[in-house]
Amino acid sequence: MADAQYAIELRNVTKRFGEVVANDKVNMTLRKGEILSILGENGSGKTTLMNMLSGIYFPDEGEIFVNGKEVAIRSPRDAFALGIGMIHQHFKLINILTAAQNIILGLPGPQRLNMKKVCQEIDALTSKYGFELDPNMKIYDMSVSQKQTVEIVKVLYRGADILILDEPTAVLTPQETEKLFSVLRNMKKAGKSIIIITHKLNEVMEISDRVMVLRRGHYIDTVNTKDTNEAQLTDMMVGEHITLDIDRTQIDETYRRIDVRGLTVRNHEGLKVLDNVSFIARSGQILGVAGIAGSGQKELLEAIAGLQHAESGQILYRAPDGSVEELTEKTPKQIYDMNIRLSFVPEDRLGMGLVGSMDLTDNMMVRSYKKGHGPLADRKAPRHLAEEIVDKLGVVTPGISTPVRNLSGGNVQKVLVGREIASSPKVLMVAYPVRGLDINSAFAIYHLLNEQKEKGAAVICVGEDLDVLIQLCDRIMVLSEGTVAGIVDARKTTKEELGLLMTSGHHEGEDEKARAEEEKKRQEALRHE
Amino acid sequence: MNKTVRTKNVIHMVKRGSISRAKAWMIRGIAVLLSLLVCAVVIVAITGDNPLSVYGGIVSGAVGSNRRLWVTIRESATLLVIAVGLTPAFKMRFWNLGGEGQVLMGGVATAAVMIYLGPLLQDWLLVILSLVGAALAGLLWGFLPAFFKAKFNTNESLFTLMMNYVAMQIVTFCIVLWEHPKGSNHVGVINQKGKEGWFPSLFGSEYMLDVILVAVITILVFWYLRYTKQGYELSVVGESVNTARYAGIEVKKVIVRTMLISSAICGIAGALIVGGASHTISTSTAGGRGFTAIIVAWLSQFNPYAMIAASVFLCFMQQGSIQIATQYGLNENASDIITGILLFFLIGCEFFVRYRLEVTKVEVTEAK
Repeated sequence: MADAQYAIELRNVTKRFGEVVANDKVNMTLRKGEILSILGENGSGKTTLMNMLSGIYFPDEGEIFVNGKEVAIRSPRDAFALGIGMIHQHFKLINILTAAQNIILGLPGPQRLNMKKVCQEIDALTSKYGFELDPNMKIYDMSVSQKQTVEIVKVLYRGADILILDEPTAVLTPQETEKLFSVLRNMKKAGKSIIIITHKLNEVMEISDRVMVLRRGHYIDTVNTKDTNEAQLTDMMVGEHITLDIDRTQIDETYRRIDVRGLTVRNHEGLKVLDNVSFIARSGQILGVAGIAGSGQKELLEAIAGLQHAESGQILYRAPDGSVEELTEKTPKQIYDMNIRLSFVPEDRLGMGLVGSMDLTDNMMVRSYKKGHGPLADRKAPRHLAEEIVDKLGVVTPGISTPVRNLSGGNVQKVLVGREIASSPKVLMVAYPVRGLDINSAFAIYHLLNEQKEKGAAVICVGEDLDVLIQLCDRIMVLSEGTVAGIVDARKTTKEELGLLMTSGHHEGEDEKARAEEEKKRQEALRHE
Repeated sequence: MNKTVRTKNVIHMVKRGSISRAKAWMIRGIAVLLSLLVCAVVIVAITGDNPLSVYGGIVSGAVGSNRRLWVTIRESATLLVIAVGLTPAFKMRFWNLGGEGQVLMGGVATAAVMIYLGPLLQDWLLVILSLVGAALAGLLWGFLPAFFKAKFNTNESLFTLMMNYVAMQIVTFCIVLWEHPKGSNHVGVINQKGKEGWFPSLFGSEYMLDVILVAVITILVFWYLRYTKQGYELSVVGESVNTARYAGIEVKKVIVRTMLISSAICGIAGALIVGGASHTISTSTAGGRGFTAIIVAWLSQFNPYAMIAASVFLCFMQQGSIQIATQYGLNENASDIITGILLFFLIGCEFFVRYRLEVTKVEVTEAK
């Protein structure tokens, strides 16, 4: 039967959500006292898999073994009883309570609560593993990294031997990450088994003993960290080379359309998500934006669209007639009023691009309802547009009065892209345009992007599939931790080159300075151009 | 260790993907029937009479005479107009729980117009002034929470809720100011002799003007929501602020504007109550209608016909049970009990519209 040397063993675990298969026959082993990384892109099923271990989901098929015994984990309580504790990406803490109060929350205890003793126990734990934590501090006074510490201690206090951390470094600064890793190493020394979910390759290499790779819900392989390298892991993560035939025309006359100069954006936590980004998007070209998820792609597009506050830098729009307009710090309404046809297909389709509860007609109006004089909204033109898009792009829907929420992902995307293209944009920005789409729908979208390019639009396309970017785009800009790691000619580059650029951002220190110099020079050059 | 494996049934809530309209209305219909049944049981338990005659009493209380019929119509119209007023705010997902206070402030404004200007101005001018004054007073009560929401993102439910109590205190103050006769702690019927500022009778009914005003407001509001750009804007804001920003909608402006409309209509409801029905003002002028209307608006899911039906149904049962209460010597709380039972079933059935219950078998391993 199952091997008792494994803290956890999964065999052929499958989980479906409706028609979507989130995990398809996944196998996994976690040795006692090791750190295992689970690597995969967004939507590859990492979190779903871990949620089955922590009792949030129940697998449809497959077996789970803990310490060699088959188990059924039906609730987080079951998971705790087995010594499995998960630290979620979004903390589940009560703000007005102290760290200690949060830690003991929900635990059975004596009638009379002895907080002093609890605090001593917590102090013992923290000093054992090298945390820094004041048990009497209120959560609302804490930084993100301190809150994370509380979550980890909470799990340890409950006696967990197996810890699962879901993207723990996503919210941390490099220094905090370093601290977390040293704690994890201490825990490993103390015999705890740890699973860490991430998509940052450098961290995988640094912290883990073995790496398990998932791709689109499928189990790919598990390898020893010391026997692999970042390039190989990238390959495993993004998949084998598939030959795609995307028609790419070369437009001879291209013009500058969007100039971004030294753009810096901070997120809510005050971390720089975009750091001094400069580039040019030209008409008649598709500029690809590659990078590990969360490298600032979303913020970049949103800053150009007027949805993201920029700390510094400039965004310029050059109209075909040669006039230059400043887009920096303009609201979408102002951009609309300036008569700049800038279309944007955001990553969050139903949360930003479309209104889920409204039908196709009303969704066509999102960007154009202001058209025409008078207080009444025109629904005739949008209805025609909806019919046209359904017809032309082959949207599968019962009718144009169906709420878009009820359509499948691919059809939702067609509706959104169709609408954004309908205004014959001068600038077209798309984020992950084919995510979740089948191959035919994907090609339909590529075709639409190419068509816009040929019509003279400047297309900016954020993508995750490097093969596609290489075949579709004219130039590719690689973002790494919010900085431009490089801009390359898509016709000449290779996946390996892009992969290296993608992970180059974490070499800090000397490099940083050199790059800043370089950046300065480039800006000078831009100004003179 | 001995282990036994047994199966047990577990009930799950499963969210329905979609439900046909007919089935949804069937569920609601069943809920109405069940609520009537439970009401009957309660009434029979209290009165000891047979349920049929009790329901006969309810019908007769609600529509048994011309006068009773008109009171039921008036009450339904008042409840409806408050629900209609709340609708734009709710559609924008702005939790306006301050209908009660907005209605009261409208009432205060109307009473003030009647008392201070009554002897001076023409009747028709008084009616217009009281409507305008009531709308402005309600609007002020809605503007404050909307402004703070837009500017500082304060929580609108608490803010609007607390504004209700401020409104009540203002009414209490006005009662001291206006009490008649002195020392009675009541305002009494205002302008009883000359009926200055009272809504005039139209087509032989003193409540016809109420009904016409409510009908006009209802039509205007639903036209506004359905066909205007502003109506479109507020529903986008309600669905997702992110989408609204993406669409180039100025979210703050829409929040304030929508709330002004919403609260002005609630204020007008105050004028309908004071100028068109009670002709007096007290802290119970709004009588909880600001809260009942929240339920009416939600229950009907912003469908105007359902909103009319819900208002009429609730007021019918309320008026009916007032009759029952006098008939059997019960106090006015009897009608509250009836309303409570109705609402319990009407709101409860929405759970079954959204979810269905499924029973599955799971294996349980037990260590012995």
